[in-house]
Amino acid sequence: MQVSAVRYADVLVVAVKGRIDYMNAEEFKAALLPHLVNCAPGRDQVVLDLSRLEYVSSAGLRVLMIAAKEVRPRKGRLVAVSLQPVVREIFEISRFTLVFDLFDSVQDALRALSPKAASMSHTG
Amino acid sequence: MRVRFWGTRGSLPVSLSAEDIKGKIVEALIAAAGRNLKTRDEIEAFVGRDLPFAISHTYGGNTSCIELDIGSDEHVLCDLGTGVRLFGLDVLARKGPRTPRTFHVFMSHLHWDHIMGFPFFPHAYLPGNRIVIYGCHAGIEEAFRRQNAAPCFPVDFSRLSAKIEFVKLEPGRRVRHAGLDVTPKLQQHSGDSYSYRFEHGGKVVVYSTDAEHKTDDVASTHEVVEFFRNADLVIFDAMYSLADAVSVKEDWGHSSNIVGVELCQHARARHLCIYHHEPVYSDAKIASVLQETLRLEEITRTGHTLRISSAYDGLEIAV
Repeated sequence: MQVSAVRYADVLVVAVKGRIDYMNAEEFKAALLPHLVNCAPGRDQVVLDLSRLEYVSSAGLRVLMIAAKEVRPRKGRLVAVSLQPVVREIFEISRFTLVFDLFDSVQDALRALSPKAASMSHTG
Repeated sequence: MRVRFWGTRGSLPVSLSAEDIKGKIVEALIAAAGRNLKTRDEIEAFVGRDLPFAISHTYGGNTSCIELDIGSDEHVLCDLGTGVRLFGLDVLARKGPRTPRTFHVFMSHLHWDHIMGFPFFPHAYLPGNRIVIYGCHAGIEEAFRRQNAAPCFPVDFSRLSAKIEFVKLEPGRRVRHAGLDVTPKLQQHSGDSYSYRFEHGGKVVVYSTDAEHKTDDVASTHEVVEFFRNADLVIFDAMYSLADAVSVKEDWGHSSNIVGVELCQHARARHLCIYHHEPVYSDAKIASVLQETLRLEEITRTGHTLRISSAYDGLEIAV
């Protein structure tokens, strides 16, 4: 499991790669939460790019719930994009589709969160 | 070994409403339209084969009670929810009021929905019968005595004619009772609950209800996986969706279908039976949860196939 981040203006795109289960969920939590510290309107809103996430178990979803709860009091936006079909089904079955706004692509999410970030990503 | 489910609903007994019944009849008649159903046999075949279970049947509304039938003259139960009333009536119908009879009951915990059937268990009122209630809680006898006492119930515990005994079990200690090897395990639930691993004739049944398996602690998850290891049947509290279980209903003491599938996959259990249904769920909703759970098993399967079913009042599983 790997977590990496790229900034586009006031948005952080955090990419998650690999598989998350109960064996590495704590590692995922430690890698993800620091990116949420400043998540608030107008600054460091977070797009989770899950295009290379192959599988997420209940332990991984629990971390995502902790992340969602972390940003909620600050009214920050934490959205998820590009879910692989299996992960999308797991989100649906677990009802995490009710927890996260989902977008088809990073670009779609950036357009929804920050036009400035969207234009930056477009121009590379 | 045969496992019979007499009560499968979580927290509170429920029943179908008049509108619920009407809705099932309407759906059945819509499905029957255009078919040539003239005889009773044709109609019964159509109902049994072509109608979805949630229309032709109901998952039922009695609270927790299951029976483990190992072919002995003595009866073995888990929990004394309202399902035990039907169990008692069934024994009377099949065997008559002849005594003495012995009943062994393994209690997951003492919350109301798990003991509320006992005052209506007919065999408690028949002299000569023996009821042995096993559990790990210190206050188990007190809970039953308080329930069968004013102002909760008109018949005081002291007036029950059967001989009622209480046997304290120790978590993690495998013992032999009622012809079964039994191991209790502590679970996370308000006031604690205990699962049971029953072994008989090379078969293993795990009864794990009213348990919040959080899977965020590797060591405790390993313990549960080992407890479920190679079980032929795991009866599992899947009352909530995972999103609810880790947010608004966190620490309410129940698990999800997702966690049930994961634990059973890790343990290489053969059959997961979803149990302790949320009382607000309709038959259609429970059927939908089952379909989703079947799909989850399919898309997360890694070589080992896990059979999945959803418990209903009246279900019987041969192990």
